[in-house]
Amino acid sequence: MREILRRLGGATPATVRVIVMIALSLALMLIDNRTQQFEKLRNVLQTVIYPVMFISTLPREMIRAVTGTMEASSTLQSENESLRQENLLLHSRLEKLHSLEADNRRLKRLLGQSEQIAENVLLAELVEVSLEPYTQQISLNKGSSDDVYVGQPVINGDGVIGQVVHTSQFQSTVTLLTDPGSAIPVMVMRNGLRGVLFGTGVRNKLALPYMTADADIRIGDLLISSGMGGRFPTGYPVATVTEVLQQPSDEFLTINTLPVTQLDHGREVLLIWPETIKEQSVLDQQEVVTDE
Amino acid sequence: MNSVPILVSFLVAMMLTSLPLPETAIIYRPDWLILVLIYWCMAIPERIGIFTGWMLGLLLDVMYGSLLGQNAMAFSIIAYLVNILHLRVRMFPLWQQSVMVFLLVILHLAISAWIRGIAGQFFVTWTYWIPALTSALVWPFIFIVLRDIRRQISSK
Repeated sequence: MREILRRLGGATPATVRVIVMIALSLALMLIDNRTQQFEKLRNVLQTVIYPVMFISTLPREMIRAVTGTMEASSTLQSENESLRQENLLLHSRLEKLHSLEADNRRLKRLLGQSEQIAENVLLAELVEVSLEPYTQQISLNKGSSDDVYVGQPVINGDGVIGQVVHTSQFQSTVTLLTDPGSAIPVMVMRNGLRGVLFGTGVRNKLALPYMTADADIRIGDLLISSGMGGRFPTGYPVATVTEVLQQPSDEFLTINTLPVTQLDHGREVLLIWPETIKEQSVLDQQEVVTDE
Repeated sequence: MNSVPILVSFLVAMMLTSLPLPETAIIYRPDWLILVLIYWCMAIPERIGIFTGWMLGLLLDVMYGSLLGQNAMAFSIIAYLVNILHLRVRMFPLWQQSVMVFLLVILHLAISAWIRGIAGQFFVTWTYWIPALTSALVWPFIFIVLRDIRRQISSK
Protein backbone atom coordinates (compact mmCIF):
# COMPACT_ATOMS: atom_id res chain seq x y z
CA MET A 1 0.00 0.00 0.00
CA ARG A 2 2.74 2.40 0.97
CA GLU A 3 4.66 1.52 -2.16
CA ILE A 4 1.70 2.46 -4.31
CA LEU A 5 1.27 5.79 -2.60
CA ARG A 6 4.96 6.54 -2.68
CA ARG A 7 4.93 6.06 -6.40
CA LEU A 8 1.82 8.21 -6.70
CA GLY A 9 3.59 11.21 -5.39
CA GLY A 10 5.83 10.65 -2.47
CA ALA A 11 3.08 10.67 0.12
CA THR A 12 4.39 10.23 3.62
CA PRO A 13 2.64 8.08 6.25
CA ALA A 14 1.42 11.29 7.85
CA THR A 15 -0.26 12.34 4.64
CA VAL A 16 -1.90 8.96 4.28
CA ARG A 17 -3.11 9.15 7.84
CA VAL A 18 -4.64 12.58 7.50
CA ILE A 19 -6.37 11.64 4.26
CA VAL A 20 -7.88 8.61 5.96
CA MET A 21 -9.01 10.71 8.93
CA ILE A 22 -10.52 13.33 6.64
CA ALA A 23 -12.40 10.67 4.72
CA LEU A 24 -13.61 9.10 7.96
CA SER A 25 -14.72 12.50 9.28
CA LEU A 26 -16.64 13.27 6.11
CA ALA A 27 -18.37 9.90 6.33
CA LEU A 28 -19.27 10.56 9.97
CA MET A 29 -20.64 13.99 9.16
CA LEU A 30 -22.70 12.69 6.30
CA ILE A 31 -24.25 9.94 8.41
CA ASP A 32 -24.79 12.21 11.40
CA ASN A 33 -26.45 14.82 9.25
CA ARG A 34 -28.86 12.42 7.58
CA THR A 35 -29.65 9.79 10.19
CA GLN A 36 -29.89 9.22 13.91
CA GLN A 37 -27.39 6.37 13.85
CA PHE A 38 -24.94 8.07 16.13
CA GLU A 39 -27.28 8.97 18.98
CA LYS A 40 -25.96 6.06 21.04
CA LEU A 41 -22.34 6.96 20.34
CA ARG A 42 -23.04 10.57 21.18
CA ASN A 43 -24.71 9.57 24.44
CA VAL A 44 -21.78 7.43 25.46
CA LEU A 45 -19.25 10.14 24.68
CA GLN A 46 -21.39 12.79 26.34
CA THR A 47 -21.48 10.71 29.52
CA VAL A 48 -17.69 10.48 29.33
CA ILE A 49 -17.34 14.23 28.99
CA TYR A 50 -20.00 14.99 31.59
CA PRO A 51 -17.48 15.37 34.45
CA VAL A 52 -15.55 17.96 32.46
CA MET A 53 -18.67 19.94 31.69
CA PHE A 54 -19.81 19.62 35.28
CA ILE A 55 -16.60 21.18 36.52
CA SER A 56 -17.06 24.08 34.09
CA THR A 57 -20.37 24.88 35.73
CA LEU A 58 -18.82 25.00 39.20
CA PRO A 59 -17.40 28.54 39.15
CA ARG A 60 -20.79 30.02 38.39
CA GLU A 61 -22.49 27.77 40.95
CA MET A 62 -19.99 28.80 43.58
CA ILE A 63 -20.52 32.48 42.91
CA ARG A 64 -24.22 31.94 43.10
CA ALA A 65 -23.98 30.02 46.37
CA VAL A 66 -21.79 32.67 47.95
CA THR A 67 -23.92 35.64 46.88
CA GLY A 68 -26.98 33.62 47.88
CA THR A 69 -25.90 33.19 51.47
CA MET A 70 -24.99 36.86 51.63
CA GLU A 71 -28.49 38.11 50.81
CA ALA A 72 -30.03 39.94 53.73
CA SER A 73 -32.87 38.10 55.41
CA SER A 74 -35.06 41.19 54.96
CA THR A 75 -34.76 40.95 51.17
CA LEU A 76 -35.61 37.28 51.33
CA GLN A 77 -38.62 38.00 53.52
CA SER A 78 -40.06 40.66 51.25
CA GLU A 79 -39.38 38.46 48.21
CA ASN A 80 -41.16 35.62 49.98
CA GLU A 81 -44.14 37.84 50.73
CA SER A 82 -44.53 39.10 47.16
CA LEU A 83 -44.17 35.55 45.80
CA ARG A 84 -46.87 34.40 48.19
CA GLN A 85 -49.23 37.11 46.95
CA GLU A 86 -48.44 36.33 43.33
CA ASN A 87 -49.05 32.66 44.03
CA LEU A 88 -52.47 33.45 45.47
CA LEU A 89 -53.44 35.50 42.42
CA LEU A 90 -52.23 32.80 40.05
CA HIS A 91 -54.16 30.15 41.98
CA SER A 92 -57.42 32.02 41.63
CA ARG A 93 -56.75 32.59 37.91
CA LEU A 94 -56.05 28.89 37.57
CA GLU A 95 -59.47 28.07 38.98
CA LYS A 96 -61.05 30.25 36.33
CA LEU A 97 -58.87 28.64 33.70
CA HIS A 98 -60.12 25.17 34.73
CA SER A 99 -63.74 26.17 34.24
CA LEU A 100 -62.92 27.84 30.90
CA GLU A 101 -61.15 24.68 29.80
CA ALA A 102 -64.21 22.61 30.70
CA ASP A 103 -66.45 25.00 28.71
CA ASN A 104 -64.07 24.83 25.80
CA ARG A 105 -64.02 21.04 25.80
CA ARG A 106 -67.80 20.89 25.92
CA LEU A 107 -68.17 23.30 23.02
CA LYS A 108 -65.55 21.48 20.96
CA ARG A 109 -67.32 18.21 21.59
CA LEU A 110 -70.55 19.72 20.30
CA LEU A 111 -68.73 20.71 17.14
CA GLY A 112 -67.20 17.27 16.77
CA GLN A 113 -63.60 18.39 16.96
CA SER A 114 -60.76 16.41 18.46
CA GLU A 115 -59.77 17.84 21.79
CA GLN A 116 -56.55 18.38 23.59
CA ILE A 117 -56.51 17.69 27.29
CA ALA A 118 -54.17 19.08 29.89
CA GLU A 119 -50.51 18.54 29.17
CA ASN A 120 -47.97 16.98 31.47
CA VAL A 121 -45.07 19.24 32.35
CA LEU A 122 -41.62 18.75 33.83
CA LEU A 123 -39.43 21.44 35.29
CA ALA A 124 -35.85 21.49 34.06
CA GLU A 125 -32.86 23.72 34.67
CA LEU A 126 -30.42 25.20 32.21
CA VAL A 127 -27.00 23.59 32.42
CA GLU A 128 -24.68 26.53 32.28
CA VAL A 129 -22.15 25.46 29.74
CA SER A 130 -21.20 27.17 26.54
CA LEU A 131 -22.26 25.21 23.53
CA GLU A 132 -20.98 25.88 20.04
CA PRO A 133 -20.80 29.63 19.54
CA TYR A 134 -23.21 31.23 17.07
CA THR A 135 -25.78 28.49 17.47
CA GLN A 136 -28.97 29.05 19.34
CA GLN A 137 -28.94 26.01 21.58
CA ILE A 138 -29.14 25.36 25.30
CA SER A 139 -28.55 22.35 27.52
CA LEU A 140 -31.00 21.08 30.13
CA ASN A 141 -30.41 18.88 33.16
CA LYS A 142 -33.12 16.34 32.28
CA GLY A 143 -32.61 13.53 29.80
CA SER A 144 -33.96 10.26 28.52
CA SER A 145 -34.10 8.83 32.03
CA ASP A 146 -36.83 11.41 32.68
CA ASP A 147 -38.66 10.40 29.50
CA VAL A 148 -37.55 13.46 27.59
CA TYR A 149 -37.86 12.78 23.85
CA VAL A 150 -36.48 14.30 20.68
CA GLY A 151 -38.91 16.85 19.28
CA GLN A 152 -40.40 17.65 22.67
CA PRO A 153 -41.58 21.26 23.07
CA VAL A 154 -39.94 23.46 25.69
CA ILE A 155 -41.53 26.55 27.20
CA ASN A 156 -41.04 28.97 30.06
CA GLY A 157 -43.49 31.12 32.00
CA ASP A 158 -43.86 33.59 29.13
CA GLY A 159 -44.07 31.39 26.08
CA VAL A 160 -42.41 28.88 23.76
CA ILE A 161 -38.63 28.55 23.83
CA GLY A 162 -37.83 25.73 21.42
CA GLN A 163 -37.59 22.00 20.82
CA VAL A 164 -35.45 19.17 22.12
CA VAL A 165 -33.00 17.92 19.47
CA HIS A 166 -30.74 15.51 21.38
CA THR A 167 -31.19 13.50 24.51
CA SER A 168 -28.65 11.60 26.54
CA GLN A 169 -29.20 9.85 29.84
CA PHE A 170 -29.17 12.90 32.08
CA GLN A 171 -29.09 15.84 29.72
CA SER A 172 -30.80 17.14 26.66
CA THR A 173 -30.02 19.75 24.05
CA VAL A 174 -32.71 22.22 23.02
CA THR A 175 -32.71 24.22 19.79
CA LEU A 176 -34.13 27.67 20.42
CA LEU A 177 -36.72 29.24 18.15
CA THR A 178 -34.10 31.68 16.88
CA ASP A 179 -31.94 28.89 15.44
CA PRO A 180 -31.94 29.07 11.63
CA GLY A 181 -33.17 25.49 11.44
CA SER A 182 -36.16 26.05 13.70
CA ALA A 183 -39.75 26.41 12.49
CA ILE A 184 -42.93 26.58 14.56
CA PRO A 185 -46.51 26.68 13.26
CA VAL A 186 -48.29 29.73 14.68
CA MET A 187 -51.46 31.72 14.28
CA VAL A 188 -52.37 35.33 14.91
CA MET A 189 -54.34 35.42 18.14
CA ARG A 190 -56.56 38.23 16.92
CA ASN A 191 -57.95 36.52 13.83
CA GLY A 192 -56.60 32.96 13.64
CA LEU A 193 -54.48 33.61 10.54
CA ARG A 194 -52.04 30.72 10.22
CA GLY A 195 -48.38 30.69 9.32
CA VAL A 196 -44.99 29.26 10.20
CA LEU A 197 -42.42 31.21 12.20
CA PHE A 198 -38.77 30.61 11.28
CA GLY A 199 -35.59 31.25 13.23
CA THR A 200 -33.17 33.70 11.65
CA GLY A 201 -29.97 32.94 13.55
CA VAL A 202 -30.21 36.43 14.99
CA ARG A 203 -31.14 36.76 18.63
CA ASN A 204 -34.58 38.18 19.29
CA LYS A 205 -35.74 37.95 15.71
CA LEU A 206 -38.09 35.46 14.10
CA ALA A 207 -39.37 35.70 10.55
CA LEU A 208 -42.86 34.99 9.23
CA PRO A 209 -42.52 34.41 5.49
CA TYR A 210 -45.08 33.32 2.90
CA MET A 211 -47.74 35.84 3.93
CA THR A 212 -49.39 37.37 0.89
CA ALA A 213 -49.87 41.11 0.62
CA ASP A 214 -53.55 40.91 1.53
CA ALA A 215 -52.93 39.02 4.76
CA ASP A 216 -54.58 40.60 7.76
CA ILE A 217 -51.56 41.09 9.96
CA ARG A 218 -50.32 44.17 11.76
CA ILE A 219 -47.54 45.40 13.99
CA GLY A 220 -48.28 44.42 17.58
CA ASP A 221 -50.17 41.25 16.71
CA LEU A 222 -49.49 38.39 19.09
CA LEU A 223 -48.58 35.07 17.48
CA ILE A 224 -49.47 31.93 19.41
CA SER A 225 -48.66 28.30 18.66
CA SER A 226 -51.32 26.82 16.40
CA GLY A 227 -50.69 23.17 17.18
CA MET A 228 -50.58 22.22 13.49
CA GLY A 229 -48.22 19.32 12.94
CA GLY A 230 -48.82 18.00 16.43
CA ARG A 231 -45.43 18.96 17.79
CA PHE A 232 -46.23 22.09 19.80
CA PRO A 233 -49.41 22.29 21.84
CA THR A 234 -51.89 25.03 20.92
CA GLY A 235 -52.24 28.40 22.49
CA TYR A 236 -48.81 29.25 23.85
CA PRO A 237 -47.50 32.76 23.09
CA VAL A 238 -44.53 32.78 20.75
CA ALA A 239 -43.81 36.25 19.38
CA THR A 240 -45.17 39.69 18.61
CA VAL A 241 -45.01 41.29 15.17
CA THR A 242 -42.55 44.18 15.00
CA GLU A 243 -42.33 44.91 11.27
CA VAL A 244 -44.57 44.39 8.27
CA LEU A 245 -42.83 45.44 5.08
CA GLN A 246 -43.75 45.09 1.50
CA GLN A 247 -41.19 45.41 -1.24
CA PRO A 248 -42.97 46.14 -4.55
CA SER A 249 -41.10 43.32 -6.26
CA ASP A 250 -41.87 40.70 -3.62
CA GLU A 251 -44.89 38.48 -3.79
CA PHE A 252 -44.89 38.03 -0.02
CA LEU A 253 -44.64 40.41 2.88
CA THR A 254 -41.48 40.63 4.93
CA ILE A 255 -42.60 40.21 8.50
CA ASN A 256 -40.27 40.31 11.47
CA THR A 257 -41.23 39.40 14.99
CA LEU A 258 -39.85 39.57 18.49
CA PRO A 259 -40.03 36.44 20.66
CA VAL A 260 -42.13 37.02 23.78
CA THR A 261 -39.39 35.78 26.01
CA GLN A 262 -35.62 36.18 26.28
CA LEU A 263 -34.94 32.72 24.93
CA ASP A 264 -31.65 31.92 26.58
CA HIS A 265 -32.11 33.78 29.84
CA GLY A 266 -33.70 32.46 32.97
CA ARG A 267 -32.64 29.27 34.71
CA GLU A 268 -35.78 27.17 34.58
CA VAL A 269 -37.88 25.88 31.72
CA LEU A 270 -40.78 23.48 31.33
CA LEU A 271 -40.83 20.39 29.14
CA ILE A 272 -44.27 19.49 27.84
CA TRP A 273 -45.90 16.22 26.89
CA PRO A 274 -48.87 17.18 24.68
CA GLU A 275 -51.72 14.69 24.71
CA THR A 276 -54.50 14.50 22.15
CA ILE A 277 -57.66 12.48 22.12
CA LYS A 278 -60.02 12.17 19.21
CA GLU A 279 -63.61 12.19 20.33
CA GLN A 280 -66.50 10.94 18.26
CA SER A 281 -68.90 13.71 17.35
CA VAL A 282 -72.28 13.73 19.12
CA LEU A 283 -73.93 14.12 15.70
CA ASP A 284 -72.26 10.93 14.41
CA GLN A 285 -73.66 8.99 17.32
CA GLN A 286 -77.18 10.22 16.58
CA GLU A 287 -76.89 9.12 12.96
CA VAL A 288 -75.96 5.61 14.05
CA VAL A 289 -79.11 5.47 16.18
CA THR A 290 -81.48 6.58 13.37
CA ASP A 291 -80.00 4.04 10.93
CA GLU A 292 -81.25 1.13 12.95
CA MET B 1 7.31 10.04 30.13
CA ASN B 2 4.23 10.68 32.19
CA SER B 3 1.12 11.23 30.09
CA VAL B 4 -1.07 12.52 32.90
CA PRO B 5 -0.04 16.20 32.69
CA ILE B 6 -0.66 16.12 28.94
CA LEU B 7 -4.13 14.71 29.51
CA VAL B 8 -4.78 17.26 32.22
CA SER B 9 -3.76 20.10 29.89
CA PHE B 10 -6.32 18.88 27.36
CA LEU B 11 -8.99 18.60 30.04
CA VAL B 12 -8.28 22.11 31.30
CA ALA B 13 -8.52 23.37 27.73
CA MET B 14 -11.90 21.65 27.35
CA MET B 15 -13.11 23.21 30.58
CA LEU B 16 -12.03 26.66 29.52
CA THR B 17 -13.84 26.13 26.23
CA SER B 18 -17.13 25.22 27.90
CA LEU B 19 -16.88 27.73 30.74
CA PRO B 20 -19.96 29.93 30.64
CA LEU B 21 -19.12 33.56 29.98
CA PRO B 22 -21.21 36.70 29.60
CA GLU B 23 -22.37 37.42 26.04
CA THR B 24 -19.90 40.24 25.59
CA ALA B 25 -16.90 38.11 26.56
CA ILE B 26 -17.73 34.97 24.59
CA ILE B 27 -16.60 36.34 21.22
CA TYR B 28 -13.07 36.90 22.58
CA ARG B 29 -12.57 33.36 23.83
CA PRO B 30 -9.31 31.85 22.49
CA ASP B 31 -9.40 28.47 20.79
CA TRP B 32 -7.93 26.72 23.83
CA LEU B 33 -8.03 23.15 22.56
CA ILE B 34 -6.30 24.04 19.30
CA LEU B 35 -3.63 25.97 21.19
CA VAL B 36 -2.84 23.04 23.46
CA LEU B 37 -2.97 20.61 20.53
CA ILE B 38 -0.57 22.74 18.50
CA TYR B 39 1.90 22.87 21.37
CA TRP B 40 1.98 19.14 21.99
CA CYS B 41 2.13 18.31 18.28
CA MET B 42 5.11 20.62 18.01
CA ALA B 43 6.87 19.40 21.16
CA ILE B 44 6.30 15.64 21.03
CA PRO B 45 5.16 14.79 17.51
CA GLU B 46 6.01 11.15 18.06
CA ARG B 47 3.23 10.86 20.63
CA ILE B 48 0.68 13.54 19.85
CA GLY B 49 -0.37 13.63 16.24
CA ILE B 50 -3.15 13.29 13.74
CA PHE B 51 -5.08 10.61 15.54
CA THR B 52 -5.00 12.39 18.91
CA GLY B 53 -6.15 15.53 17.17
CA TRP B 54 -8.98 13.64 15.57
CA MET B 55 -10.15 12.17 18.89
CA LEU B 56 -10.02 15.59 20.56
CA GLY B 57 -12.03 17.09 17.74
CA LEU B 58 -14.59 14.35 18.11
CA LEU B 59 -14.92 15.00 21.84
CA LEU B 60 -15.36 18.69 21.10
CA ASP B 61 -18.11 17.81 18.61
CA VAL B 62 -19.91 15.87 21.33
CA MET B 63 -19.47 18.67 23.85
CA TYR B 64 -20.60 21.36 21.46
CA GLY B 65 -23.45 19.39 19.97
CA SER B 66 -22.09 19.99 16.48
CA LEU B 67 -22.05 17.48 13.64
CA LEU B 68 -19.90 14.47 14.55
CA GLY B 69 -16.69 14.71 12.57
CA GLN B 70 -16.77 18.48 11.99
CA ASN B 71 -14.13 19.46 14.53
CA ALA B 72 -12.55 16.01 14.30
CA MET B 73 -11.68 16.73 10.68
CA ALA B 74 -10.43 20.26 11.40
CA PHE B 75 -8.27 19.10 14.31
CA SER B 76 -6.70 16.25 12.36
CA ILE B 77 -5.84 18.61 9.50
CA ILE B 78 -4.26 21.09 11.89
CA ALA B 79 -2.33 18.31 13.64
CA TYR B 80 -1.09 17.19 10.23
CA LEU B 81 0.09 20.69 9.29
CA VAL B 82 1.91 21.16 12.58
CA ASN B 83 3.42 17.72 12.17
CA ILE B 84 4.89 18.64 8.79
CA LEU B 85 6.21 21.99 9.96
CA HIS B 86 7.20 21.22 13.53
CA LEU B 87 10.94 21.11 13.02
CA ARG B 88 11.01 24.52 11.42
CA VAL B 89 8.46 26.15 13.68
CA ARG B 90 10.30 25.09 16.83
CA MET B 91 13.08 27.44 15.77
CA PHE B 92 10.83 30.42 15.22
CA PRO B 93 10.70 33.24 17.70
CA LEU B 94 7.48 33.28 19.70
CA TRP B 95 5.91 36.12 17.78
CA GLN B 96 6.33 34.27 14.50
CA GLN B 97 4.78 31.21 16.06
CA SER B 98 1.85 33.43 17.03
CA VAL B 99 1.35 34.29 13.38
CA MET B 100 1.25 30.57 12.55
CA VAL B 101 -1.22 30.00 15.38
CA PHE B 102 -3.36 32.84 14.03
CA LEU B 103 -3.49 31.19 10.61
CA LEU B 104 -4.23 27.75 12.03
CA VAL B 105 -7.13 29.06 14.11
CA ILE B 106 -8.46 30.87 11.04
CA LEU B 107 -8.30 27.50 9.29
CA HIS B 108 -10.23 25.84 12.13
CA LEU B 109 -12.89 28.56 12.05
CA ALA B 110 -13.08 28.43 8.26
CA ILE B 111 -13.58 24.67 8.16
CA SER B 112 -16.28 24.89 10.85
CA ALA B 113 -18.06 27.73 9.03
CA TRP B 114 -17.89 25.83 5.75
CA ILE B 115 -19.34 22.61 7.22
CA ARG B 116 -22.03 24.45 9.13
CA GLY B 117 -22.92 26.36 6.00
CA ILE B 118 -23.34 23.16 4.03
CA ALA B 119 -25.25 21.33 6.75
CA GLY B 120 -27.69 24.15 7.44
CA GLN B 121 -28.03 27.87 7.47
CA PHE B 122 -25.10 29.69 8.95
CA PHE B 123 -24.26 33.37 8.71
CA VAL B 124 -20.72 34.54 9.43
CA THR B 125 -20.25 37.93 11.04
CA TRP B 126 -16.87 39.60 11.40
CA THR B 127 -16.84 38.85 15.13
CA TYR B 128 -16.72 35.14 14.28
CA TRP B 129 -13.00 35.47 13.49
CA ILE B 130 -11.94 37.32 16.64
CA PRO B 131 -10.85 34.12 18.44
CA ALA B 132 -8.01 33.82 15.90
CA LEU B 133 -6.61 37.09 17.16
CA THR B 134 -7.01 36.34 20.84
CA SER B 135 -5.56 32.86 20.37
CA ALA B 136 -2.45 34.31 18.74
CA LEU B 137 -2.10 36.79 21.59
CA VAL B 138 -2.47 34.08 24.22
CA TRP B 139 -0.07 31.67 22.47
CA PRO B 140 3.21 32.84 24.09
CA PHE B 141 1.65 32.30 27.50
CA ILE B 142 0.43 28.81 26.58
CA PHE B 143 3.79 27.94 25.06
CA ILE B 144 5.72 28.92 28.16
CA VAL B 145 3.39 27.17 30.59
CA LEU B 146 3.26 23.93 28.63
CA ARG B 147 6.99 24.00 27.96
CA ASP B 148 7.64 24.16 31.68
CA ILE B 149 5.30 21.24 32.21
CA ARG B 150 6.99 19.26 29.46
CA ARG B 151 10.41 19.91 30.93
CA GLN B 152 9.20 18.68 34.29
CA ILE B 153 7.78 15.46 32.95
CA SER B 154 10.71 14.59 30.69
CA SER B 155 13.26 15.20 33.40
CA LYS B 156 11.61 12.66 35.72
